[in-house]
Amino acid sequence: MNPVIKIILQRLALGLLTLFIVSIVIFTAVNMLPGDFAEAILGQGATPEAVAAIRRDLGLDQDPVTRYLQWLAGALQGDLGNSFAQANFASFVGDDSGVRTSVAQQIAPRFANTMFLAGVTAAIAVPFAVTLGVLAALYRNSVFDKVANVSTLTSISSPEFFLAYVLILFLAVLNPLLPSLSNIYADMGFGERLQKTLLPALTLTLVVTAHMMRMTRAAIINLLASPYIEMARLKGIKPMRVIVHHALPNALAPIINVIALNLAYLITGVVVVEVVFVYPGIGQLFVDSVKIRDIPVVQACCLIFAAAYILLNLTADILSILSNPRLRHPK
Amino acid sequence: MSSVPWILGAIVVLLAGGWIMRLAGQKLTGNKPFFRDMPLAVAFGYVLGAALVLFGIWFYFQPAVTQDGVPVASVQFFRWAVQGVLIGAAAAYLFRLVGRVVGTAGSRKVFRQMPLTAAFGVLVILIYAFLAIFAPALAPHGQEQVFGQANIVPGGNPALGGNPDFPLGTDQIGRDILSRLIYGAQNTVGIAFATTVLAFVLGGTFGFLAATLRGWMDQALSRLVDVLMAIPSLIFSLLLITVASAWVSGFGLTVAMVVIIAVIDSTRVFRLARAVGMNIVVMDYIEAAKLRGEGLPYLIFREILPNATAPLLAEFGLRFCFVFLTISALSFLGLGIQPPLADWGTMVKDLSAFINYASFAPLAASVPLLAAGAIALLTVAVNFVVDWMLNRSSGLKD
Amino acid sequence: MSDFLVEMRDVRIEGRSDETWMPIINGVDLTLKKGEVLGLIGESGAGKSTLGLAAMGFCRDGVRISGGSVMFDGIDLLAASAEQKRQLLGKRIAYVAQSAAASFNPAHKLIDQHTEAPVQHGIAGKAESAADGVELYRKLRLPNPDEIGFRYPHQVSGGQLQRAMTAMAMACRPDLIIFDEPTTALDVTTQIEVLASIRQIVEEFDTAAIYITHDLAVVAQMADRIKVLLKGDEVEEADTRTMLSEPTQEYTKSLWAVRAFERPEKPPVASDATPVISVQGITAAYGTVDVLSDVSFDIHAGRTVAVVGESGSGKSTTARCITGLLPPRIGTIELDGEPLPLDYRKRSKEQLRQVQMIYQMADTALNPRKSIGEIIGRPVEFYMGLRGGAKRKRVAELMDQIELPADQYIDRLPSELSGGQKQRIGIARALAAEPKFIICDEVTSALDQLVAEGILKLLARLQDELGLSYMFITHDLATVRAIADEVVVMKDGVVVEQGPKRDMFKPPHHAYTDLLLSSVPEMDPDWLTNLLKERGVDNIGDAAVGKMS
Repeated sequence: MNPVIKIILQRLALGLLTLFIVSIVIFTAVNMLPGDFAEAILGQGATPEAVAAIRRDLGLDQDPVTRYLQWLAGALQGDLGNSFAQANFASFVGDDSGVRTSVAQQIAPRFANTMFLAGVTAAIAVPFAVTLGVLAALYRNSVFDKVANVSTLTSISSPEFFLAYVLILFLAVLNPLLPSLSNIYADMGFGERLQKTLLPALTLTLVVTAHMMRMTRAAIINLLASPYIEMARLKGIKPMRVIVHHALPNALAPIINVIALNLAYLITGVVVVEVVFVYPGIGQLFVDSVKIRDIPVVQACCLIFAAAYILLNLTADILSILSNPRLRHPK
Repeated sequence: MSSVPWILGAIVVLLAGGWIMRLAGQKLTGNKPFFRDMPLAVAFGYVLGAALVLFGIWFYFQPAVTQDGVPVASVQFFRWAVQGVLIGAAAAYLFRLVGRVVGTAGSRKVFRQMPLTAAFGVLVILIYAFLAIFAPALAPHGQEQVFGQANIVPGGNPALGGNPDFPLGTDQIGRDILSRLIYGAQNTVGIAFATTVLAFVLGGTFGFLAATLRGWMDQALSRLVDVLMAIPSLIFSLLLITVASAWVSGFGLTVAMVVIIAVIDSTRVFRLARAVGMNIVVMDYIEAAKLRGEGLPYLIFREILPNATAPLLAEFGLRFCFVFLTISALSFLGLGIQPPLADWGTMVKDLSAFINYASFAPLAASVPLLAAGAIALLTVAVNFVVDWMLNRSSGLKD
Repeated sequence: MSDFLVEMRDVRIEGRSDETWMPIINGVDLTLKKGEVLGLIGESGAGKSTLGLAAMGFCRDGVRISGGSVMFDGIDLLAASAEQKRQLLGKRIAYVAQSAAASFNPAHKLIDQHTEAPVQHGIAGKAESAADGVELYRKLRLPNPDEIGFRYPHQVSGGQLQRAMTAMAMACRPDLIIFDEPTTALDVTTQIEVLASIRQIVEEFDTAAIYITHDLAVVAQMADRIKVLLKGDEVEEADTRTMLSEPTQEYTKSLWAVRAFERPEKPPVASDATPVISVQGITAAYGTVDVLSDVSFDIHAGRTVAVVGESGSGKSTTARCITGLLPPRIGTIELDGEPLPLDYRKRSKEQLRQVQMIYQMADTALNPRKSIGEIIGRPVEFYMGLRGGAKRKRVAELMDQIELPADQYIDRLPSELSGGQKQRIGIARALAAEPKFIICDEVTSALDQLVAEGILKLLARLQDELGLSYMFITHDLATVRAIADEVVVMKDGVVVEQGPKRDMFKPPHHAYTDLLLSSVPEMDPDWLTNLLKERGVDNIGDAAVGKMS
């Protein structure tokens, strides 16, 4: 078999295995909780009948392994269970037959919103960062490079909410160019949705661009010291071609890795930014559920975040394998 | 899009400016290599930079108050920002100057080679450490003390709704903001520092053990770390804190958070310590020590550790920033450091609504930014120092 | 207009270190006529590569030409714009780097890198240039010239890459080629092939060349004239034969004399003597692949056994087996007639003490965070139990033995020492254990020749004084000639020949020993020509193909 295909299959298998173990970790962590959720939800004054009903309803009366397998089987079919908050509400009003939103139904639109935000951010940040990084490497030690170094360090160091409020201050409050709240509805047009998403997207862009730019610069400078770049220059190749034709193909692996790392970082970053801008994404749902300890939702969100994270790292891994001529053309 | 022709026009003007500047430079300097070999794009960059600086100066000297006495908040904020940067740079410059004269020969040499950014970083870190240690003595009021009057405007001018007793005003339930900011240095920085130390003790010990012993222990630890690192750290800590909150609350929850973040973060330290350790373990001097018959403690503490301090110290700075930001983010989300401890992340969350008053009350709006800025300033400072250390140890001249 | 192709006058070059500019070249003249080959030799730090690059008007980062003039065919390279210089590089001046493996871009095929310069300079089309490349590969006797260009650099061996790089330098038929130590990284048998092809192609196209190297014998084969550099100054310059037969300067004479060191022969060992170390039929493997098979030899008290072979021959693996780092799969190792445990962890402190090791790279062999006193003092304390004043006295004695004044050096860190001094510290650390037997792993190969000679003389003296036994691992036959009593020749993990040195340097040999011995360049300028005649030109190509498989 072609060694590249073999390595990629190995990585895929490893990724799946990791996801499986991560799901166990998440499930176990949640089930370490003392006492019973049913009691916790309903509080001290709940009747034993209500507690038992909820317990049966949520499947809490079964042993952990069975519950895990049921949860996993459900998750694989897109069924992430029912939200405790919803269950609580339903039992509270005594209406057991009513229409209850499942976790999956709750998460789906928000997940789409988050993906939209991450997509807009990536579309701005990735080309911007790579261009800046190449320029900084090309003109290293110039004024431009030093200004870029200080400003990217500053923007990496700032907490997301600081950047968010500074942007709100300048672009929403002092100069009302963009809305400071991102209230997004399902049937919104693309243009309006984009306008409302722009401010959170810009905040995230500031954070990830800085990191990607620095790593791109470092990767290219690292290469510029290598003998084959000196050779290219001694062959009288134009400076731009040296960078694009000789340095970039070899810098692809580290650059791809850094992009994936930052897109993965976006997943964490969205949580805070979504809260600041009241953006109806999965991050905000996650934080709200954590606060009211709505375990099925927390569990599901965690699994989605972890899956996206693993998937991105896996993609980066595979892409950098593909960009390596040593692996693509074995001896 | 009506702005497109304007942008295109500006680019053309700047390009022309660059071309003229290069030509003038070539003529005036007798064709020095600097101008001779300058690509047009670089000349464009210089002219663009000059234009931005000029615009900044022009904007800085715009009136901060209209003729009707209404404050022009954008100018006001811009001035504060510029003044802040200038004062910071001047303080760093003075600090470096003092460092070059005072102290031992070794410390003077360090200061001579220090870039301004690193001097700024060291200065800020020293100030924060001072604030954190002496917070109770420095703060005018207690961190939990509630005064009768809530939402006093900062500035201390009674005519504008301020109060000289509370230079930065009071918060929504009437606690002194200045005191809480100072105590925040102790709580936020102290807790983040403790967390990082814990993460390093855990990750460093296991990392070096794995690198030296190899075999099944290395395999087991590395796989465990792989799994833990496959979950985004902020998400994982939020999940675990949710679990922990079922058992403990208040101060106990803060301690739980410290342990949780330290454990999650120690995975990153483990990776680094292991990698650094592996690089050292393959050295011939380690082989020589093994062949001499030296034991494991001698190998780790006398041969490996002295060579790992530089990368570990830099990593400590980076990890501290990361932990500090994570804790601040958790606090901002209301799940980090628990009241009544004053904490910057929580303060930002509580005071964030003031931002919306920026156009008519710039002072009031600056308070939440002050707390957020306090977080940013320290991480920037640490990053400046770490950046300098990494550049120095890698020996990269370019 | 002068008749020189390259004319450098009073060139001064500086390099930046710690914010100040330190001189690298202090006013050197260099001239080169069309079609002439100039050899530039010197030890490390002489500035020969920097000067060679300056002849192209090129400076590495952190280096600048601070004075003098560099003219190439009437063009002032110091006044020329970056664009003008770019037009010359690759087209009229080409460069062949030391490590071809690192100097070919791993992301592109050889032929694409070959055609890049002609295409970019507008000299030839891609197809035309590629066809010419194949022709050049053929001339340089690369195996499969029609298809080798379509491989990536990592798919081609080092010697072949070096020839492909020479072909690439020829792509635009330049007037001048700078060869920067092109064979230093290669094994001797490969070096011959590369030298022969470089010389042939330079002669055929009548290209002028500057050949930079530290190896006198190599430069004697390649150059018409030789210029000797020392720490940025010119020592002397003359045509090759004059320079070899009658050098005028002391420094040059001392360089020439290095190869004459040879220690007197010792009487044969009594036939019933117990060897200090006896290696008996060891076979060792990394993973499941055997890298050593059935290696046996004895080392007697006060004797030196040189283990010779090219890279990958298993000589260092043999050392790892003796020290116990890689326990052999089969076979035994005896110390003074007693079998040693195969794993070093099972050996007693006394057994560990008796077998010491000196490493090739003194930089990685000494802990950079420990002072010289601590490095030498540790085995004194560990094995002899000496502490405080007694330990310090013993360390001073040891430093006396390696000819470094203790009061000056005892508190320094390794980074404050020169390469030769570091190697001496490595020797002192081994001596501190007061062993019977020392393994010397390529101890001189990273050092300049004069320094290396000092180390060899020191080791010889210590052997006479202390009755030590050495196992000397080396690829350099000059070192063998200088210090060995007995020789073991290895190839592919097998001993191909062993015996007293006397017999080894006299025919008849095993075929491989013969190839190895005859491939070592000699100071005679006609040596390569004669050798090629003797072997027959085709033979060289065959040897290359043979190595490939």
